[in-house]
Amino acid sequence: MTTNGFQIVVCASLVPDPLQTLEPASGQGTPTLKNEAMLPAVLDPWAAHSLYEAAHLAKNVPGSKVYLVSLAPKAKLQQLMMTVAQKVPFELVALDGSASGFTDAFEVAAALASAIEKIPGLDRSRLLLFGGCSSASRDAGVTMQLVGERLGILDQFLAVDELKVQSDGSLRILERIEGGRYQVSVCSGAPAMLAWATGNLPEPANSPQVGMQNMRVVMPALQKAASVSVGAGSINYVNVELPKQVRSTKVVKDVSAAEIAQELFEWISN
Amino acid sequence: MENILFLAHTESDGSLSKAALEALGAAVELCSGQKNATLTVGLIGEQIDAALTAAGGCGAARCLAVCGEDFGVSRYASDAAAAEALLGACKASLVLAPASSRFCRALPGLAQRVSGRIDTQVSALDSSSGELRVQRWFYRQRMVATLSQSQRPWILLLSSGAFSPWQGGSPALKAEQISVELPDTCKRTKVEGFQAPPADAQTIRPDAKILFVAGAGWTKKQAAPENDAKKAETLIRGFISSAKASLGSSKSLVDLSAQGQEVLSFMSHLNQVGQTGSTPRHPKGLSTCCHGEEPHVVGWRFISERRAINLDAGCGWAHGKADVLYVADAFEVMEKLNELLAKG
Ligand SMILES: Cc1cc2nc3c(=O)[nH]c(=O)nc-3n(C[C@H](O)[C@H](O)[C@H](O)COP(=O)(O)OP(=O)(O)OC[C@H]3O[C@@H](n4cnc5c(N)ncnc54)[C@H](O)[C@@H]3O)c2cc1C
Repeated sequence: MTTNGFQIVVCASLVPDPLQTLEPASGQGTPTLKNEAMLPAVLDPWAAHSLYEAAHLAKNVPGSKVYLVSLAPKAKLQQLMMTVAQKVPFELVALDGSASGFTDAFEVAAALASAIEKIPGLDRSRLLLFGGCSSASRDAGVTMQLVGERLGILDQFLAVDELKVQSDGSLRILERIEGGRYQVSVCSGAPAMLAWATGNLPEPANSPQVGMQNMRVVMPALQKAASVSVGAGSINYVNVELPKQVRSTKVVKDVSAAEIAQELFEWISN
Repeated sequence: MENILFLAHTESDGSLSKAALEALGAAVELCSGQKNATLTVGLIGEQIDAALTAAGGCGAARCLAVCGEDFGVSRYASDAAAAEALLGACKASLVLAPASSRFCRALPGLAQRVSGRIDTQVSALDSSSGELRVQRWFYRQRMVATLSQSQRPWILLLSSGAFSPWQGGSPALKAEQISVELPDTCKRTKVEGFQAPPADAQTIRPDAKILFVAGAGWTKKQAAPENDAKKAETLIRGFISSAKASLGSSKSLVDLSAQGQEVLSFMSHLNQVGQTGSTPRHPKGLSTCCHGEEPHVVGWRFISERRAINLDAGCGWAHGKADVLYVADAFEVMEKLNELLAKG
């Protein structure tokens, strides 16, 4: 068993609340979203799951610590922290910059890796790098591997739903693969990168005590957040558009179940 | 002029998956549409014989392979090392590969190593303007972007189901072996195997003609007391097996099971479609007892024909998103539909 615990660094940014309707804004240069600054934000869902898994692991492996590294506009991040900080204990490392989905994953990864390298006293031999398997913004599923590679981590896992620390300290990991199956791998130990899918934990309830404890470090972290410039890099966006098809829905009412079944049967069969 | 590398990992029997053949089809087409472009085939796997035959006639100038036991498993360190060696041997400017779980894990690391760039889940390629432009979705299938990239190498992982597969031809390819010595640091991870539901409980079928999506309504209190979760389970199972459908779920329904409530025993969050679930590709989709909302609807992006059954005529997701909304009780309709399917 790991005696000194893990140093779990979770990379998670914010994204527009998925319940919002999103529209690209037309114009020159890097695309943006209409009213982007006004859109309510949530912690990126898959990355949020990885934060909950990190906290759960840290609770069960004594001596572990969770860092949350987040690159986002500082004011929005501060607002988001009012709720996220009440979920689980962590130490925030904030970077002030764009959280747009149109930024280049390479620039974002460079900023995140460099911030992680600067965490005082971080023991990289005990590092578990966590994040989401894909963001709800750029949605490319590459950032975590790029950060991992920059940090020299050669054991990487994508779309993880389960991590078990075994009695010999090895990590047994379940990753989602094609066809609704899991690949089961065993890694001899940290350091490793795990980009999570949903995991197995529900969203923790808000705890004002955890919130108070976190906020003591969250506020100074936000104040000293380094400003980083991340943009579209070498990507040239030719255009961004909403899918066009609005379907004219035929509503079938007051028809017996048998008739509907017959119609569906014919539809399925041809 | 692009120097194109089609990169694939083989399956355990040495063959190429459908997704890999689609990526090869796209690579051949892109290469033939560009002046002076060259195509190299790069293969990774324990065995590659069947792949050499399947890729036959594709017009590749060279075929390079990293083979052996170490490369038979899907593992970041060995896959990244093999891909790096193959790219290094042909100095390609463009890499086309399937967006398999194996490559989605490993090839971003390759991009980092060669100071290249990578795009995943690419759904279209277009070089008609003389410049290669690719299409991919952002914000979880909410909007689609067309983009180009000035940095090379550029690695493109192509979405499965979006390109026509290479149909094969002759002669079979002959491979030049590229040797890669894996240090122990690349073998810290061992693949133990796979966990799959038993064959009769396998509900996710990517190649199915129809996706059946169940919503939380199946577990809600119904007017007829006999229409409970048990009955729902029987009806859904019956349909999935006789229509050979793939089973999808709304988030609300799988969350109920995570909370330990009475639900459908064969449903897991792997079935979930949408914002934090999957966005499968199927020609048809039937939604039942789903109210939807935007995060659910994005899971339907790649379903061509869509029908829905809901008690509520105002069902939010169906209007404007489905072709037909049947305002009816899904318990009754599915019972009758299963009877028809049983009769054949
Ligand atoms: C961050 C975030 C991420 C999310 N991600 C996802 C996601 O990935 N996937 C997803 O699906 N959702 C997601 N959601 C949730 C989404 O917004 C909806 O809340 C959810 O999809 C609703 O599920 P539902 O339609 O099954 O349930 P409900 O809203 O409870 O709807 C049940 C429906 O069943 C109908 N019904 C009941 N009985 C019958 C009957 N006998 N016959 C016919 N119809 C009947 C009712 O009329 C009703 O319309 C997400 C939300 C958030 C905030």
